[in-house]
Amino acid sequence: MLTNSLVLGAAGGGFNGGDILYQLIMFIILLALLKKFAWGPLMGIMQQREEHIAGEIQAAEESRTEAKKLLEEQRNLLKEARTEAQGLIENAKKQGDVQREEIVAAARTESERIKESAKLEIEQQKEQAVAAIREQVASLSVLIASKVIEKELSAADQEKLINEYIQEAGEKR
Amino acid sequence: MHHEAPIKEFLGLNFNLSNVLMITVASAIVFIIALLSTRRLAMKPTGMQNFFEWIMDFVKNIINSTMDWKTGGRFHILGLTLIMYIFVSNMLGLPFAITYDHTLWWKSPTADPVITLTLAAMVVGLSHYYGVKLKGVGEYGRDFIRPMPFLFPLKIIEEFANTLTLGLRLYGNIYAGEILLTLLVGGLAHAGVGGMLAAVIPTLVWQGFSIFVGSIQAFIFCMLTMVYMAHKVSHDH
Repeated sequence: MLTNSLVLGAAGGGFNGGDILYQLIMFIILLALLKKFAWGPLMGIMQQREEHIAGEIQAAEESRTEAKKLLEEQRNLLKEARTEAQGLIENAKKQGDVQREEIVAAARTESERIKESAKLEIEQQKEQAVAAIREQVASLSVLIASKVIEKELSAADQEKLINEYIQEAGEKR
Repeated sequence: MHHEAPIKEFLGLNFNLSNVLMITVASAIVFIIALLSTRRLAMKPTGMQNFFEWIMDFVKNIINSTMDWKTGGRFHILGLTLIMYIFVSNMLGLPFAITYDHTLWWKSPTADPVITLTLAAMVVGLSHYYGVKLKGVGEYGRDFIRPMPFLFPLKIIEEFANTLTLGLRLYGNIYAGEILLTLLVGGLAHAGVGGMLAAVIPTLVWQGFSIFVGSIQAFIFCMLTMVYMAHKVSHDH
């Protein structure tokens, strides 16, 4: 009995055509159900993920290229800006030099002019002072002479006489 | 130790009701697990979705190791269903065997040669179908006389041998596991307290080993299915 069961298993007697049919049908049903409800969606999502990853990689590649391009552009712009700045500084320096020259020249001219006018004024003042002194000396001399010689002289004569003296004194000096 | 099978005749066919029950249970379990695991699919997989994606890759690798994906892709779903169904079937008989009125009701459906041979015949039949479909009748027929015409009888025998070995390998492994479990639990453990204590360790060990054998057999069945398929559908063999 035991050996028999070991050899033939649970098959028992007779041919189990029903089991075969049932197993086949059940397996096909299971296959169809799983395909529709489990494997199909799962494969779908895996496919989707694959595409997503591929897309992401593509996008990353593209953005990397873009970034490279932008970097190159920025670098060029920076270089340009630097050159421009250099030029501006150069220009400003040149202009500054020119301006300095101009200012110095203007100041020199101005100072020259002021000196000239100061000289002129001094000359004028001197003339005036000399004239004033001449007048004073004339009247003083008249006073002194009149006191010394006690003799009246006309004002015109006196002036003539003093002028001669002063002229003399000036030439001697 | 020997239990009767609940056989019933219906429409002129013998139905082993225990097989019918267990096939239904195994199919239902596979379907429910697969359904629950793939309800909330996300681009960032979590939990069971990870596990099922791993199974998918696993079967994909099996197929890729025997044929190129262009021809093998169509067998992906077949392989997935086979490996899941056989694995669950192998596991079903492990925790307990239910007998009622001396008839065995709860067991592994794969512990019955009729079931495993049905699966094996289905696989071999499918391989012939796809052989004709993908290569044409002429090329398919010429495969039987390659590389030498006198090998033709061997080629014919090979087809039947493939079917038999594929089915009986699975059946033998699972049935042997169940028999030993039955002997340990139903025999040794019934022989008093000492026998029960003595049965604990071997039962544990054997159950662990049966889990291993069940997984390996599911893998081997799937692998051989793909090997036979590749044999029929690829051109270089």
